[in-house]
Amino acid sequence: MSTSNTQSFAMTNVVPNMPQLFGWLKSLQYPALGIACLLALWWVGGYMIENDPDLSAFSAFAPAPTFSALADLVRSGEVWEPIGSSLYRILAGLVWGIVIGVPVGVVVGYFATALKVTNVPFQFLRMISPLAWMPIAVLGFDSWDSAIIFLIVMATVWPIIFSTAHGVRRIDPNWFKVARNLGASGFQMLHRIILPAIMTDVMAGIRLAVGVAWVVLVPAEYLGVTSGLGYAINDARDTLAYDYLAAVVLVIGVIGYCLDTICSVLIKRFNWHVE
Amino acid sequence: MGASISLDFITHRFSSSAEPTLKDIENRIEPSELVALIGRSGCGKSTLLHMMAGLLIPSEGCVRINSHQVAKPSAKWNMMFQKASLYPWMSVKENAALGLLFDGVPKAEAEERVDTLLDMVGLSDKKNANVQSLSGGQQQRVALARSLATEPEVLLLDEPFSALDAFTRTQLQEEVPNICRERGITMVIVTHDIDEAVAMADRVLIMSQNPGRIVGEQKVDLPWPRRHMDTGFQTMRDELMQQFKGTDTGLAGRKAVDSDESDVAESAA
Repeated sequence: MSTSNTQSFAMTNVVPNMPQLFGWLKSLQYPALGIACLLALWWVGGYMIENDPDLSAFSAFAPAPTFSALADLVRSGEVWEPIGSSLYRILAGLVWGIVIGVPVGVVVGYFATALKVTNVPFQFLRMISPLAWMPIAVLGFDSWDSAIIFLIVMATVWPIIFSTAHGVRRIDPNWFKVARNLGASGFQMLHRIILPAIMTDVMAGIRLAVGVAWVVLVPAEYLGVTSGLGYAINDARDTLAYDYLAAVVLVIGVIGYCLDTICSVLIKRFNWHVE
Repeated sequence: MGASISLDFITHRFSSSAEPTLKDIENRIEPSELVALIGRSGCGKSTLLHMMAGLLIPSEGCVRINSHQVAKPSAKWNMMFQKASLYPWMSVKENAALGLLFDGVPKAEAEERVDTLLDMVGLSDKKNANVQSLSGGQQQRVALARSLATEPEVLLLDEPFSALDAFTRTQLQEEVPNICRERGITMVIVTHDIDEAVAMADRVLIMSQNPGRIVGEQKVDLPWPRRHMDTGFQTMRDELMQQFKGTDTGLAGRKAVDSDESDVAESAA
């Protein structure tokens, strides 16, 4: 009896998973095709460079040398230190971006006057490339690390402010009325109503911010610092190690993709809309 | 347990230069009384209800609940709106317990109270459901449980059933006054439906518009539960209709006073 139970349990566990597995594999076919196209283009580009006498010095950019350099970097463990430095800077910049951006966004979204006052200055500041702040950052901060984190903050804070404010503006006014009617204090209104209501928008802002920050980080790391993925690229260029340079570019792309995926998973997690 | 409500010479203007929306409103609602406010759209009945809830302060005069002047909202005088306005990131249970959470009631006690109330409104099997999966009637029942959870002395209803289907509406028109009578809660309902007023109230106040004034009232001396088909019900409805026509020349031969007053409710908020 117990045996048959165990068998049927095992069967029910395995059998329904097969279609699931096929479904999952099937869902990968289009991304796989996209990646294959990219690799093919890369390979063709590498082939052309290799066969052009003027450019053949750069032939290490091709896929084969790149992947072999990447394997070297991973095997020797050299890849982790720049990744760690870059992720630390992104994270610190992002945390400050959230700490500043969410409260400012709530105020701008909640008070119509605050929006009117801040709209022009914020739109103006938003359009300035974060990298343009570099000279000021260098003057204002005593370490290169802090200066880079400042640049990341300047990149992340705008999408977070605008997205948060947008979220606050579209809160159903009845939600405020009902909460007030139930005796909510100002803090309770913020903690129980406003923040959960805007969480999806805040996360969407963070996702945009991560994208911009990751793009800004690499050029920011060209300057001053002696760690991070941007520095690794610069270093590889100076030593003419183009295969290593391409491997670092690959690492940057993969990490960027992972960060974006984490954000989109978090957006789904905080989304209370019924799909 | 119910509280008395005094409307002390209330006059209200939405801007200082404008004609008053409400003028010289004076009335007293006894503890545990069930009162309906009827009037045409825009007569200010919803505005008056918002004042009882403390969501709006009159330009002149005041509302007193148990002789205390109402200056702000409180879970002790609770309002139910036309829309249930539940919070979609909270479960049914969490929505119903929200007033208790704000009030700092210990979690275990809150859960026990809410459990009983959800059983009472017929949602015992939906306690952990997502509120977005509920029908309009079920959502309004959650809103009812939410309003009752804080054990209010006064329950204010702003056309709370007007968006529901006829069957659910009739059910709730029977259930809500029953609950208020059992618990001794003072109830004030704003409605444009004379049948609803007769079905739910001990006394009906009739309001005129421009400016909003209480121009008549009618005792509803019918036994509970009230059935729309009973002769007494129909006689009462006709009497009320006659009285309404007498006070409002612009409404010859219409049963319902008028539809939605949400524009007033919005500006009052």
